Amino acid sequence: MEIFMEYLKTFLIGGLFCLIGQLLIDFTKLTPARILVSYVVAGVIMGAIGWYEPITDFAGAGATVPLTGFGYLLSKGVKQAVMEKGLLGAFTGGLEASAGGITAAVIAGLIVALLFKRGDKTKQM
Amino acid sequence: MKLTEKEYSYLTKKISPDTKYYKTLPTAFIIGGLICCIGQAIGDLYKYLGINETDTGTLTSITLVFLSAFLTGAGIYGRIAKSAGAGTLVPITGFANAVVSPALEFKTEGYILGVGAKIFIIAGPVIVYGLAASVIYGVILYITQLF
Amino acid sequence: MSEYLNEGTIILTTEPSVYSYAAAGGKMEGDGPLGSCFDYISQESDFGESTWEKSESRLQQLAFSHALSKGGISEGELSFIFAGDLQNQCTGSAYGIRDTGIPFIGLYGACSTMAESLVLASIFVDNNAAEYCAALTSSHFCSAERQFRFPETYGGQRTPTAQWTVTGSGCAIVGKHNNPPYIKGVTIGKIVDLGIKDANNMGAAMAPAAYETIKSYLKVQKKTVNDFDLILTGDLGSVGSEILYELFRKDGVDISTVHNDCGLMIYDFEKQDVHAGGSGCGCSASVLCGHILERVKKGELKNVLFAATGALMSTTVVQQGESIPGISHAVHISCE
Repeated sequence: MEIFMEYLKTFLIGGLFCLIGQLLIDFTKLTPARILVSYVVAGVIMGAIGWYEPITDFAGAGATVPLTGFGYLLSKGVKQAVMEKGLLGAFTGGLEASAGGITAAVIAGLIVALLFKRGDKTKQM
Repeated sequence: MKLTEKEYSYLTKKISPDTKYYKTLPTAFIIGGLICCIGQAIGDLYKYLGINETDTGTLTSITLVFLSAFLTGAGIYGRIAKSAGAGTLVPITGFANAVVSPALEFKTEGYILGVGAKIFIIAGPVIVYGLAASVIYGVILYITQLF
Repeated sequence: MSEYLNEGTIILTTEPSVYSYAAAGGKMEGDGPLGSCFDYISQESDFGESTWEKSESRLQQLAFSHALSKGGISEGELSFIFAGDLQNQCTGSAYGIRDTGIPFIGLYGACSTMAESLVLASIFVDNNAAEYCAALTSSHFCSAERQFRFPETYGGQRTPTAQWTVTGSGCAIVGKHNNPPYIKGVTIGKIVDLGIKDANNMGAAMAPAAYETIKSYLKVQKKTVNDFDLILTGDLGSVGSEILYELFRKDGVDISTVHNDCGLMIYDFEKQDVHAGGSGCGCSASVLCGHILERVKKGELKNVLFAATGALMSTTVVQQGESIPGISHAVHISCE
């Protein structure tokens, strides 16, 4: 039961982040690229003022998987690095904390470019 | 009959159909929620294998990125995204899709100027402004700590 | 001899003939309602080539060679080729016909290019400046998508007003007055821009241009909507067509009874998820050269006003916040 509740919270909060994104797509002129940028920046800000940590405590992956979680990770990394190294940390903390995800995306991009055939959307129709 | 831009904009809005939000909103919610649950399950698996909390988070992200990359290459991610919208855009899998898809697309222009140069053509702004925001936060944090 | 009347309208007194015509397309176009009208359908969008740009050139070659062989005309008999496509620098056309050795005039009129090339080919023939001319245009979904929008594998959602770029090419060979279909007159359109900035609503960007051009031709030639069996716009799609009806309705004219749109004809809206319809140079080109000209030749349609429409959009300038200029050229095609 406890596990079920945990996953339900993940589902609801994660879904909510996506629902807000869809509302922005459907009812504003914001392009997907702008929405993603807003999400990351919002994540950094919410992380900075301490709002995001309670959400991750509550919803786990429901808060860390959406791109706001990426922003939160950046802010968390910077915070820790500034505490340890002072001003230098402002420049190193963000990338250090998010290195895994970014590097994985680049490497995955290279591997896919090497191994896969180019896509063709008309095939899906 | 000559219309002004304002009159024409009104006419266009009246005739252009709205998105089927009664369909897009629940689909985005459900698919997005499910992707987060998959992330949670992957994290639980790593925790079960005895990996510490910080590394679990990073490993979960990496796993999701590779999963999304594979689905992108196979043309499946795009197919899901057609109806899922923000449900596949907002999770980190959407970020991976935005990196992998130009890499694959611009392969025909070569590995340096095609794949290498265009890999961040869509996802670049996310990293640029994410980092910029985090540096601003870091500097503010540093200054406030001086007092 | 061509005679200039007014408002961009020219009457072609010798009434040049369209000797032959052919259309080639991709799988989706073959699966559509006009699938059987194509002279060539490829089940693979790559047309056996390694890049999408080459695929589009190959597609254009296919339409061109089919048109020549159907008309029994050899490449050497052609005086000029007027060709265009959606790619930057008209790459699809230039590379498609680079091996022909025929004098080439490259055109860019976005999705209006089929009418633009047909207008010029007809005027050249009408004035004895050419024996035979080819009017040839194409578009390819994948080459257009990577230039104007997103990578093929990118997960994006299309808005309901978005149109689907047709993978298709059409070629018409124009020569001296002989058998129908005849080209009787043309209107070269002016640029009309009513401030639409949404690149996903091209129908709305182009509809006012179609309205102006059709209205000019009717006015200058002293004709009414009912003098035509068909007024065929290029690719306004469902949204642009509705807007066109509304614009004419404000003048007290009901155009909907004789109007159809290539973007509405080429796909099956029930089975194919193309939102507001087809678009691209290849849309009006393949519908005209695969379907309409044949019906005019057979006498099923007597008078057709073909008004292809183009959104002269640059992704760079749209990102700078500019609106999208529309254009439409009209060709009066008749069997009488």
